[in-house]
Amino acid sequence: MKDKPAGIPLIATKVTHSFGNVNVLDNLNLEVSAGEVVVIVGPSGCGKTTLLNLLSGHIEPTSGSINRKGIIRTVYQQDGLFPWLTVSENISMGLRAMDDKTRLEREVLELLSLIHMEDFRNHYPHELSGGMRQRVELARVLAGDSDILLMDEPFSALDYQARLRMRRELNRLLEKRPRTVVFVTHDIEEAAQLADRVLVLSKRPATICRELNIAATRPRGLTDPPVIEAMNEILKELGLTSADSSEV
Amino acid sequence: MIKSNPLHFVLPLSVLVGVLSLWSLVSYIDLFPAYALPSPKSVLISFQEELTSGRLLNDIIASLWRVAIGFSLATLFGIPLGLWLGRKLNARQAFVPTLNFFRFLSPLAWIPFAILWFHIGDKPAIFLIFMATFFPLALATMVAVASIPSIYFRVAQDYDYKGFELLTKVTFPAVLPQVITALRVSYGIAWVVIVAAEMVGCQDGLGYGIWEARNGLRLDSAVAYMIVIGVLGTGIDRLLAQLTKLQGVRWGYER
Repeated sequence: MKDKPAGIPLIATKVTHSFGNVNVLDNLNLEVSAGEVVVIVGPSGCGKTTLLNLLSGHIEPTSGSINRKGIIRTVYQQDGLFPWLTVSENISMGLRAMDDKTRLEREVLELLSLIHMEDFRNHYPHELSGGMRQRVELARVLAGDSDILLMDEPFSALDYQARLRMRRELNRLLEKRPRTVVFVTHDIEEAAQLADRVLVLSKRPATICRELNIAATRPRGLTDPPVIEAMNEILKELGLTSADSSEV
Repeated sequence: MIKSNPLHFVLPLSVLVGVLSLWSLVSYIDLFPAYALPSPKSVLISFQEELTSGRLLNDIIASLWRVAIGFSLATLFGIPLGLWLGRKLNARQAFVPTLNFFRFLSPLAWIPFAILWFHIGDKPAIFLIFMATFFPLALATMVAVASIPSIYFRVAQDYDYKGFELLTKVTFPAVLPQVITALRVSYGIAWVVIVAAEMVGCQDGLGYGIWEARNGLRLDSAVAYMIVIGVLGTGIDRLLAQLTKLQGVRWGYER
């Protein structure tokens, strides 16, 4: 394995982005420390995914700069597994450069074991449930030397129970293989259960209107006082109350 | 293991037996004169004659050879062209109207050119098969590539797939199910066209056999050849259908 890059993995400085006449992000500053889990929430259409696309380098900001240190992997809202590859082959996509095939095989087996899917290594994505496919996506982005994980509402297509299981799964995986994570969601429960820091974006043109540090240890239950407190704070910032839905 | 449903075998067999019975009945009651509709028995006798003389086998081999060469050439050039056009919007805009123009020309319209350019023998028929299958294959592949979900290319970019690796590990496998379907459809066109192609400019082949039978007013022989064409076409399509059972393409047929 290579040495981890030194310094702050992700720094966005005075980032502004427009699509034509529509100003989406306005003078946004963001630093994400190594191993930190930052969750971004905000009103629908405020530019959360645009911010993630800027951080990944898929689009360039209209103005401002973004510094990235390390290998970035993204989990998308849509199913991003290649349907023509087996579970093992999908997981090993990021390990293609590895010369030592025995090591590659060991790494894939370890990841399969981490997501408890050893028996499904030769299955194809269409033979798996939505939750299983997301676990394979997680294993794929954790494979090898990845440093930064960008996650764009990765669990939004799953049912509520599967989402709860996936949050627990992600926490467990990050404990075994720590990564710097930027996670976009519209689910406040998800934000409060996963984040070291929650960034609340304002309406478009978005800027960070609130930062909320959550110091509670993981795994966090939905009824844990710090989680409830964080959820209330986020709801307040978004102009909602706890009587409203947890999804914004 | 999944048990095969006996109905899958019995139902088509019943239809076949029904058609044969109807044909026998129509022949038996002399609804049409024998020269206009040969009886199953005369067709069977004619089939035996053609088979024992070795002519039928020779014609089968000649037709299979021409279809194989023309269809392979169309595949060799059509699929790469489709892959390229599918990824290049400007090239698509430039070439698609012309490709569509040629696609709508009946391959039979090329017969005079085929004879003038290639005279007689295998070449005119191969040329006609190529012209009949190249355009549908190229266009079907192009449409398939242009419809690949953008998420696959984003993931490919994340994992540093570029150039030839992107083409062979992402683009091609992503369209393979549609390409297999296009191959089956195009092969069907090729098999239809070979009959017409061999009626001119050839001295053997299944199409030539039908033409010869027609000239000799031997419709029993023509029907025997028609049955062989149908059986061979169906058989080869069944072989191509086996491609859809490959593990790496099953996803494309299960929705």
